[in-house]
Amino acid sequence: MSEVLIHPPLDDETVKRLHAGDTVSISGVIYTGRDAAHKRLVELIRKGEELPVDLKGQIIYYVGPTPARPGCVPGAAGPTTSTRMDAYTPALLERGLKAMIGKGQRSPQVVETMKKHTAVYLAAVGGAAALIAKKIKKVEVVAYEDLGPEAIYRFHVEGFPAIVVIDCYGNNLYETEPQKYARN
Amino acid sequence: MREIAVDQITEAVKRLCLLANYRLGEDVIQKLESAEREEKSPLGKKVLQQIIENDEIAARDEVPICQDTGMAVIFVELGQDVHVVGGDFTRAIDEGVRRAYVEGYLRKSVVSDPLFNRKNTGDNTPSIIHTSIVPGDRLKISVLPKGFGSENMSALKMLKPSDGVDGLKDFVLETIVKAGPNPCPPVIVGVGVGGTMEKAAELAKRATCRRLGEPNPDPRYARLESELLEAINRTGIGPAGLGGTVTALAVHVEYYPTHIAGLPVAVNVLCHAARHAELVI
Repeated sequence: MSEVLIHPPLDDETVKRLHAGDTVSISGVIYTGRDAAHKRLVELIRKGEELPVDLKGQIIYYVGPTPARPGCVPGAAGPTTSTRMDAYTPALLERGLKAMIGKGQRSPQVVETMKKHTAVYLAAVGGAAALIAKKIKKVEVVAYEDLGPEAIYRFHVEGFPAIVVIDCYGNNLYETEPQKYARN
Repeated sequence: MREIAVDQITEAVKRLCLLANYRLGEDVIQKLESAEREEKSPLGKKVLQQIIENDEIAARDEVPICQDTGMAVIFVELGQDVHVVGGDFTRAIDEGVRRAYVEGYLRKSVVSDPLFNRKNTGDNTPSIIHTSIVPGDRLKISVLPKGFGSENMSALKMLKPSDGVDGLKDFVLETIVKAGPNPCPPVIVGVGVGGTMEKAAELAKRATCRRLGEPNPDPRYARLESELLEAINRTGIGPAGLGGTVTALAVHVEYYPTHIAGLPVAVNVLCHAARHAELVI
């Protein structure tokens, strides 16, 4: 288990160096987005309109944080279940999105699109929301403020911990690891 | 007849919502610590260490354990000799939820209409209230802020009586395997068996808030619980679904008489952030 330091935006070469099972530490800017924001982004793409964020090389973190207490940035901010974003993800990968952070399985279609466009899927530990919040140094709203916790935020992170679960070659930790510990 | 003012109920609900969201029970923390010692996978161990550290930070800084601060499920046992005065009982409970979620910096995750207009209600109400009338002059309130990562992985099936114990085990296992990493394992599995459809579901929910590690008082059901726990931990799903020997911290089964023609089984999955707080007025 090696730890890889990554700094978005990511290029293909960086993504190719990441392998399922690596732990990564992210520093720099990442964007948030969950169900409602994804729906809006994909509607814009379908209409051929410009997105509020240039996704090229970026990382999207599937999270709806709790409101920040005065003096805190932000509240709690752990990952949400990625499966709900599966329907929208291929369109974003086609726009240059390089990595997603969430928890849980992805659809075969998402994995295929990741392979085609050299992208990686990272997992943060579900429920480690207070711990992860400590790694987020600054929060700015980028779009869809009306969505509250579902708005798109820009997070400035330092040492954000994640695990490469599905790499750009299609290796999937959720498939390979449980098998090693299964006892029939 | 003992009088309890609605203001007391509001204050109690508020306090319980905050407490549950910031601080796990000692039983859950102990289970997580023993899981960390027992886990065979190095990555699984690391995940559990992160979870334990997270829960310490949350309690210390009064930050929610998880950003999904849930929909508030509230169990009330209302003594039949209690007279609730000064207002509306249900509104008083929702007012407590509202104050906790608005004033306590918890996430508002409730939409007013499930299908046509999924608009956030802005204060996490309404809550889900289950009330039972019991003997006595006390009022017991239990609050479970329920996140939907795990709630979405729950399932209910109307088995045939001939499916029996094996049919139940297969269904529980199938539900957990299908859920995989999604409900944030290690999970707590609540199983409700018997009654009617909605009774089984309610029993399953109640089963998740039993003190962890406390077996069903009926030895046959206690044995079923430990057999299910062992089977679930043999799946290899592990902490965060990244492989390992600890997939569930506990399995709790609750049962109720049922119809000659039926065997309803409900499985309610609860994530490792097993939040629950209660008090008696």
